[in-house]
Amino acid sequence: MKSKIRHLIAAMALVLPVSGTVLANEGPALEKAPIDIQDTESLQRGAQLFSNYCLSCHSASAMRYNRLEDIGLSEEQIKANLLPDGAKIGDQMNVSMDKKDAKVWLGAPPPDLSLIARSRGADYLYAYLRGFYRDPTRPTGWNNLVFDKVGMPHVLWEMQGEQVLKTEKNAAGHEEHKLELVKAGSLTKLENGKANTVEFDKRMADLTNYLVFIGEPAQVKRHQIGYVVLMFLGLLLLPLTYFLKKEYWKDVH
Amino acid sequence: MSEQQVDTGRRRFLTVATSAVGGVAVAGVATPFLMSFFPSERAKAAGAPVEVDISKLEPGQKINVEWRGKPVWLLSRTKQQIADLPKNDPKLADPKSEVEQQPKYCQNEGRSIKPELLVAVGICTHLGCSPTFRPDLAPADLGPEWLGGFYCPCHGSKFDLAARVFKGVPAPKNLEIPPHKYLSDTRLLIGDDK
Amino acid sequence: MSKGQKLLNWIDDRFPLSSMLKEHVTEYYAPKNFNFWYFFGSLAMLVLVIQIVTGIFLTMNYKPDGTLNGAGIPVAFASVEYIMRDVAGGWIIRYMHSTGASMFFVVVYLHMFRGLIYGSYKQPRELVWVFGCLIFLCLMAEAFMGYLLPWGQMSFWGAQVIVNLFGSIPVIGPDLSVWIRGDFVVSDATLNRFFALHVIAVPLVLLALVVAHLIALHEVGSNNPDGVEIKKLKDEKGIPLDGIPFHPYYTVKDIFGVAVFLIVFSAIVFFLPEMGGYFLEHPNFDQADPLKTPPHIAPVWYFTPFYAILRAIPSFLGTQVWGVIGMGAAVVVIAFLPWLDRSPIKSIRYRGPKFKFMLVLFIIAFIGLGMLGAMPPTAGRTLISQILSFVYFAFFLGMPFYTKNDVGSVPVPTRVTETNGKRQLQFLVLVAVTIIAAYLFGTNV
Repeated sequence: MKSKIRHLIAAMALVLPVSGTVLANEGPALEKAPIDIQDTESLQRGAQLFSNYCLSCHSASAMRYNRLEDIGLSEEQIKANLLPDGAKIGDQMNVSMDKKDAKVWLGAPPPDLSLIARSRGADYLYAYLRGFYRDPTRPTGWNNLVFDKVGMPHVLWEMQGEQVLKTEKNAAGHEEHKLELVKAGSLTKLENGKANTVEFDKRMADLTNYLVFIGEPAQVKRHQIGYVVLMFLGLLLLPLTYFLKKEYWKDVH
Repeated sequence: MSEQQVDTGRRRFLTVATSAVGGVAVAGVATPFLMSFFPSERAKAAGAPVEVDISKLEPGQKINVEWRGKPVWLLSRTKQQIADLPKNDPKLADPKSEVEQQPKYCQNEGRSIKPELLVAVGICTHLGCSPTFRPDLAPADLGPEWLGGFYCPCHGSKFDLAARVFKGVPAPKNLEIPPHKYLSDTRLLIGDDK
Repeated sequence: MSKGQKLLNWIDDRFPLSSMLKEHVTEYYAPKNFNFWYFFGSLAMLVLVIQIVTGIFLTMNYKPDGTLNGAGIPVAFASVEYIMRDVAGGWIIRYMHSTGASMFFVVVYLHMFRGLIYGSYKQPRELVWVFGCLIFLCLMAEAFMGYLLPWGQMSFWGAQVIVNLFGSIPVIGPDLSVWIRGDFVVSDATLNRFFALHVIAVPLVLLALVVAHLIALHEVGSNNPDGVEIKKLKDEKGIPLDGIPFHPYYTVKDIFGVAVFLIVFSAIVFFLPEMGGYFLEHPNFDQADPLKTPPHIAPVWYFTPFYAILRAIPSFLGTQVWGVIGMGAAVVVIAFLPWLDRSPIKSIRYRGPKFKFMLVLFIIAFIGLGMLGAMPPTAGRTLISQILSFVYFAFFLGMPFYTKNDVGSVPVPTRVTETNGKRQLQFLVLVAVTIIAAYLFGTNV
């Protein structure tokens, strides 16, 4: 019995990582978003960015403002810094813009962002937020490296500055698209033709982190409870049931 | 089978211990299911205290505010209406508001913090209809002694302008005064007094 | 006489409680040589209970309503997030249900495979097997309709594709698919009827079939890894020599299996509820949009083997109904195993090389189809799917021929034997190698 289970676990360990990647996106590999869902300071910075720049057009209607207490903000802080006029602390993060107006103005209503991190993944969002570049053929004047012909304008251009698309051939002869900063923004620097985007990237990581948080606000708690449950099952129930079975099966020959 | 000596002590210990740990597991699993019956965040948000701007409330005017799904009346009483209140006392079931239908700080003649502003839950204490506001003096249907008040169309209960119930009507108690407090002279918070 | 005994006597005079317990638990004699394959029956019962209990609690807050709310989100979609965020404990209940759906199929596939390798479908257990196949069918219907309820993109388009399959049936097809949907597209009407069927109609049938499955099993007795009928050799008291009472021996053993299962189950619920997009598909976190098809529609993993067969069969004679027939036949043919298998030997331990060879091919085909069904189709993948579909059907339809005179070198014993750990390992290595090979193959064609 013991050896069989060991074999089973060994086989599972072999199989799982392989099968996990089968369905993965077949598009270009994305840079891993440097986020930490436990970093409440980063989440708070992300919340501020989100409220200032995203929430005027995008709703996050599954989220209530008072849920931000989970990232270490007090009710007073939420009311003072994040709550729109007239909204209550238990209200959902809705926008006043009418969906029909939005369709006329922007071509499509801006999607609700409650679950965007769960449908697209953090890495995609991190790439998207940093992926805007100048494109005069687009009505907004902007395009995006990971979302071609995006309808959204570059809301954060004053922070990021302007990027342009450079297409190069790599060693293998494949075309490679790269973005190059040509005009510095308030959070980026251009020194002797070298771009320094550390500060802006950090902010976008905060925002991505926050989007991951609102995708599933219970996730930190989920992990915490999970450890307790697994410890209980693994250290108490499993050994007890094992010895109970062994004890009774001494009868069987 | 069982030619060997069975260690009954060990067997019993393991059975009891496994049952106990299994019981804890069942209780643990039951927790989220039982918790889910409590009011959700949505219900709590809907039941949260409501802030009202009363700067535009004219004397004699009544507005309705929703709190926990119930209508809350805000009535700005005129000087005359305040002066008339004691005249109803002999005809009222509980003129001194002795039954606990209001916070301590509203157990007074006008059943209010400030005499001019009445805050009351507009649900009849009889069977839960919402009485209508009848400020008119001596109307034909309510008799010549009517000094203004509330009249419940469902079963004819009558209340005065301090939401106190008249004698001889189906409603047993005065209307409920919700907990409330003034955040400033023009802002009122309904549902919380701390 | 104690008070408890008195109460029991009182009940027994009016209801056969003690005799039922004896018949099905304390004096139900099961072969003593069950190995780990025999955990999955009781585990399937456990998952069924989990699904029913969590399902009941989910219906208390879920709303089967496809119309848009004030924020422009479908009410059904929003109600799932309401459960995930606003209802206390709601996320645990929902993840238990979504994980339970997938684990149901994990457990049931392993349970069915056990029946396959040890010949548990063979005489006299044909009806046990047939009832089991009907349970599997119900389970597929249950899973399919339940998947529409979150009203995400995959819910919507998955239902759209599967319902349109019925549209390919000649003559009545188009009307039939409209009838199933109750509308010209998948809509609120479809959502409401799927909800009703998912929460009450199918579960009732499922429970009745589970009872029938167990009654039939207890009538004939359990098979075992040696395929030996333990009832043939009994002691002077009429107890099978190789049998042990289900309680306490298999209750304590199954409880140990439950503990192991709960660890796996909890690990998924608390740490991997999406299971990398297999248990909860990423596009299903986008609300259903009838005007925008996701770039790649894949069914949930447990349907992919059959979906791959559907895609592998091309349309000809002006209709695509052949794929639908192929997919349906792939499910139905399983129920005919008892009559396709002509071998007198039940267990793979004593079968000849032909069956073993075909079984290996079948495992490769089933896993390979499952993996290919989850990937977007390419010409190469379609070709492999076609080959594997052929293998799948050859395993079943060729059975009357290759099992006829297929006898192993070791004769079937009269008494049960110990399990050989080496053989178990060989099998697991085979499964692992198949998955890796299918993956490497699949991603490179």
